[in-house]
Amino acid sequence: MRQVYSILVNNHAGVLSHVAGLFTRRGYNIESIAAGPTEDTTITRIVIVAIGEENELDQIAKQLRKLYDVREVEQISYNQAVTRELVLATIKAPITKRSEIIQLANAFGAQVINMTDDTVTLEASGNDHKVRTLLKAFEGYGISQMARTGMISLPYDGMPEDWEPIA
Amino acid sequence: MAVATKAKSQTAKQPTKLKPQKISGAEIVYRSLEREGVKYVFGHPGAILLTVLDLFLKRSKIKHLLIRHEQCAAHMAEGYARASGEVGVCLTTSGPGATNLITGITDAYMDSIPIVCFTGQVATSMVGNDAFQEADIVGMTRTITKHNYLVKSTDDLAETIQEAFYIARTGRPGPVLVDLPKDVLLGDGDYQLPEKVDLRGYKPTTKGHPRQIQRVAEAIEKSKQPLLYVGGGAIHAEAHPEIVKLAETAEIPVTYTLLGAGAFPSAHELSLGMLGMHGTAYANYATMECDLLIAVGARFDDRVTGKVSEFATRAKIIHIDIDPTAIGKNKTADIPVVGDARQVLVEVNKLIKPQERPLWKKRIQNLRTEYPLTFDSPEGAPIKPQEAIVALSEEVGDKAIITTEVGQHQMWAAQFYNFTFPRQFISSGGLGTMGFGFPAAIGVALARPDKLAIDIAGDGSFQMVMQEIATAVQYDIPVKVFLLNNATLGMVRQWQDLFMDRRFSEVDFESSPDYVKLAEAFGASGRRIVDKDDIRPAIQEMINTPGPFILDVIVDPDELVFPMVPAGGATKDMIVRDSRKKILQGKLSALPDN
Repeated sequence: MRQVYSILVNNHAGVLSHVAGLFTRRGYNIESIAAGPTEDTTITRIVIVAIGEENELDQIAKQLRKLYDVREVEQISYNQAVTRELVLATIKAPITKRSEIIQLANAFGAQVINMTDDTVTLEASGNDHKVRTLLKAFEGYGISQMARTGMISLPYDGMPEDWEPIA
Repeated sequence: MAVATKAKSQTAKQPTKLKPQKISGAEIVYRSLEREGVKYVFGHPGAILLTVLDLFLKRSKIKHLLIRHEQCAAHMAEGYARASGEVGVCLTTSGPGATNLITGITDAYMDSIPIVCFTGQVATSMVGNDAFQEADIVGMTRTITKHNYLVKSTDDLAETIQEAFYIARTGRPGPVLVDLPKDVLLGDGDYQLPEKVDLRGYKPTTKGHPRQIQRVAEAIEKSKQPLLYVGGGAIHAEAHPEIVKLAETAEIPVTYTLLGAGAFPSAHELSLGMLGMHGTAYANYATMECDLLIAVGARFDDRVTGKVSEFATRAKIIHIDIDPTAIGKNKTADIPVVGDARQVLVEVNKLIKPQERPLWKKRIQNLRTEYPLTFDSPEGAPIKPQEAIVALSEEVGDKAIITTEVGQHQMWAAQFYNFTFPRQFISSGGLGTMGFGFPAAIGVALARPDKLAIDIAGDGSFQMVMQEIATAVQYDIPVKVFLLNNATLGMVRQWQDLFMDRRFSEVDFESSPDYVKLAEAFGASGRRIVDKDDIRPAIQEMINTPGPFILDVIVDPDELVFPMVPAGGATKDMIVRDSRKKILQGKLSALPDN
């Protein structure tokens, strides 16, 4: 299964490598990792998406909590948090296909940020599902270059405690 | 004029608000060690440490011991910590001085031993430049320390050292490393400390949850065949009186791990001795038959469980541990309790009523008679290592604290020495570090001058660290080496014997030093024995001779450690007695996993 970890850490040198090292040491692949400052400048939020067995994923959370520089670890369920990812993608777009591609981009609310004779570069953001669908839609035209930020996430405020997560 | 007066009165007021006096980094290190109650520092010098070393010359409160190899400094600190329960300290220079500590730090990490290692580092301006004797020791030790620090400013030094000791000794103990750049030691900084260490993100749970404790007590009351499984954590937590109380009140037999030896008296009628790969057959069979397994400060290590899916399958599992990550890691716990072993058991014992379990007790007794822990010692045969250990145990008993190296002798020591008190058996469990026992014994001798520190050693392990005889002689530390010399790497040879058709590759020492002459060359004493009749007189000579002593006991190299659960095998696959021919023909001739 895929698990989103939202990890609050002390903003110290080496913490990111410490956290990432914990995944490496147990042989887990990190699907994406995103780190950045929070409202408190002494704290950094790291969002990691990892794939593994359920008990392994819980064990990782426990191990993370044990790290001295880790303040908080949340294992986030999909419908309990807002998750977003930013994608930049350069699509092969010969003149004949260009308007079709721009139309498709509009449908996803993606923006054109660069254009050449045979390519269009798009910027899009969305949740996991939207990003996947979008990439699938453009796959047929050929994606020549792509960069993704990895998922970032914040829990929904005011979720009732008895709210059953769906996935 | 008025302005000038005002300015003057301001400056006059200021002295009352004087900042605390700045002192040098080296001075901060020394004062911090004093404040933490450090008595001994195991160290090896280097140019970066000059200012700190100078203070050991001027003052006498803390004794610095000049060791001969940094790995041994870490092991000595470990030995000191394991014997006393206090934090062991070492101090080495940058680069090789730091990297040589790594094996010792890993050993302490695997066995949860509180040590603080100080390493010199090149000046902060040089860090990352491949400067002379620079090594990224903080990066290297990240996965083998509980926490580590590179101190970047002299102002941070005092607080960092205070935290380092706090982290090392609290919760699940472990090694902490503090890297000290040259300019941080040379510079001046504040010596100001918070009254209480308060670390956000580090709050070990010590008190067990009352609901879980209630469930533990209920499960014990309902159980017909309970078994206590005690690990090293019980010793760190000083939980032994509570374990004895629980076992006796509710009549629960007790088995212990290698690191748990000493937490429960070996000769107690409820003691089953050690369990696991080389545990007693009756302890291992009891794990198969029990209906409730109460793990206290133990972690279901593969050397204990064998094939974990077939371990204690009939039992409900209670797991008491201070480290939440230890619970459920290898074996799912039915009743997990996060907390300090002693505190949890104190609460459990309040709820426990006296119980009798005559049937279970009888069953255990039958297992004991049917599968006793024995060895053969035919007339005229070479000395058997087991009989040497039995003799040592009978001659010195509870006067000694035993350390071991790693290998066959270690297992025999755990099996045949009669342990009566916690911290009496000190051994490298998790990492299995050959060369641990001798330096550890030096640490033990300093921590417990009221006891005799004896290293039950194998010759393979001892050869890795024998330069430290010089340290023992220099400081007149009366450490004794009970060397079970079979001129081979016995444990690997045993596996070759059992699983490789007796093809002994790269294990026999075709050249060995004369250990008596070696002792004498260093200024210590020694004796060699080959006859059974000489064992006891030689032990007496060893304990009555002042100073370091090597007793070189020539033993049978063909002796094997039994019982044995082959690695990766289930407890039921245990080879109880030496029946080599059968084993080679049977299914166990296949090479085990690890």
